[in-house]
Amino acid sequence: MEQFLQQVVNGISLGSIYALIALGYTMVYGIIKLINFAHGDVYMIGAFVGFAAITYGKMGFFPALLVAMISCAIIGVVIEKVAYKPLRNSTRIAALITAIGVSLFLEYVMMFFVGAEVRSYPKVLTEKAFHLGSVVINMQQIYIVLTAIALMILLQFIVHKTKTGKAMRAVSIDPDAAQLMGIKVDSTISYTFAIGSAFAGAAGVLVGIYYNSIDPLMGILPGLKAFVAAVFGGIGSIPGAMIGGLTIGTMETFVSGYGNSMYRDAAVFLFLIVILIIKPSGLLGKNTREKV
Amino acid sequence: MTSVLTKKNLLILGCILLTFVLVQVLMSVGFITSFHEITLATICINIILAVSLNLVTGFTGQFSLGHAGFMSIGAYVCALIVMRFDSVAGFLVGILAAALAATIVGILIGIPTLRLKGDYLAIATLGMAEIIRVVFLNLEITNGAAGLSGIPRYTNWFWMYLFVVLTIVLINNFIRSSHGRACISIREDEIAAESMGINTTKFKVMAFAIGSFFAGIAGALYASYFYFIKPNTFGFLKSIDILVIVVLGGMGSITGSIIAAVLLALVSTFLQSFTAVRMIFYALVLVIIMIFRPQGLLGTKEITDLFKFRRKNERIE
Repeated sequence: MEQFLQQVVNGISLGSIYALIALGYTMVYGIIKLINFAHGDVYMIGAFVGFAAITYGKMGFFPALLVAMISCAIIGVVIEKVAYKPLRNSTRIAALITAIGVSLFLEYVMMFFVGAEVRSYPKVLTEKAFHLGSVVINMQQIYIVLTAIALMILLQFIVHKTKTGKAMRAVSIDPDAAQLMGIKVDSTISYTFAIGSAFAGAAGVLVGIYYNSIDPLMGILPGLKAFVAAVFGGIGSIPGAMIGGLTIGTMETFVSGYGNSMYRDAAVFLFLIVILIIKPSGLLGKNTREKV
Repeated sequence: MTSVLTKKNLLILGCILLTFVLVQVLMSVGFITSFHEITLATICINIILAVSLNLVTGFTGQFSLGHAGFMSIGAYVCALIVMRFDSVAGFLVGILAAALAATIVGILIGIPTLRLKGDYLAIATLGMAEIIRVVFLNLEITNGAAGLSGIPRYTNWFWMYLFVVLTIVLINNFIRSSHGRACISIREDEIAAESMGINTTKFKVMAFAIGSFFAGIAGALYASYFYFIKPNTFGFLKSIDILVIVVLGGMGSITGSIIAAVLLALVSTFLQSFTAVRMIFYALVLVIIMIFRPQGLLGTKEITDLFKFRRKNERIE
């Protein structure tokens, strides 16, 4: 029972990181129907910016988080303008290949500049841990979960209470109709990329603190897993991404806790394939009927 | 068509034999050194991989990101067989077993995943390849992450060339058959193809199975040429490598895949010691091609179209 509770605690903290990344996937997919493969790499850049801010800028946790989020937002908007915008009217496969290209580009440009070696993240939070019975909750986990919750509340506020959020929802339902109503589609898409990438940046800093190590290829697997989370929750649905992230995180810690940790990546992908076959629209996604 | 020995076919056969003899002579006089031979092997294996992926992605329009997974199955099956039966016969049995094993897995994976479309299919195939890799990492017989080493080398220029020619001829003939046209119609418009009475699932799985068959052969040749295989050789990046060749050459052009395979092998030989630069180059190729020439270098044209074009002009005159 103790081990079970401990896995739940670990799963929730890992899951809230996945949820933050998944939100970016789901928002971008909702608005331009593109799997932003480069999203995992934006998250990697966020981790590196946070690393630089803490190590060289001597910043604390929250300023570093903010710097990483702002840098990632800018990078996300630039990626959208340079790589995805020229392809907005081309085939889905062309856009997907471009996204893969952008992802490789970010990974290896980063590797070119900082080298391929794994760096250990500076200790920025206190090492305190709380014991509830035999379940250990450490300070990092509390920070991760609280930051994730705060950001998700902020996102819900932006999407449902602000004018930009209303524009986003409108564009995701029908871009042409939204444009006819006077919504600036281009800048709405830029806002979406900025917010999604900022969240990925925050997730990068959190994961650096949690796992204590970063490298230029760290974004590939968490990126894909967050995508699985987004698909599970129903791609395009924000609450779905949160539920999906927590599910995938918990599942992963359980597979490594009770089974073989070597199989945890395979388990996530198997889960994805099962979902895609049984319920491709996901938990909270809308069923779209195919029209000729 | 009553005889296969038409003028055109004899000409093609002559060209194929001439190329083989030419390279063989260049190798025996030492113009092509053993260093060049590695590039040559890479080119041959990449041609097989790219042409077979082109059948799935370029001609049938099913975007697969898991080709390296089938290659790894072929590589492991062939390696395990050749290491037990160390002879040319063992090698050939290994290749056959590799191809069949890859085909069987391809069909098993294809039937459920090919119901998906576009980007979902891409992610599902990626996931499948990743699962295959994890399984190889954990199996006893494949020696885990350390991989298999000391695989006897039987792959030489003769076998590589033979299988490259076989791949190109068989896939080319498949595409020109009624089955192949059914596949192309699925790429053009799946709903229209279905309403014309084409069993889309059947042809998608068929293309996928043939693609994995040849990927298995490529893996077998790879294992028996480079002595050493490990699961991480066949990761996500290997699938991307193959995809770059197909996209650059043109999705739906076998000639394009061949040219791109040669071109990229030469480029990566030059950039061998700069992995990061090579990958940045690949990334830029993908993005720039998609933005400025999404159909790839050759689009859907083949080298044989050139002759057809000339003939048409003559007729007009």
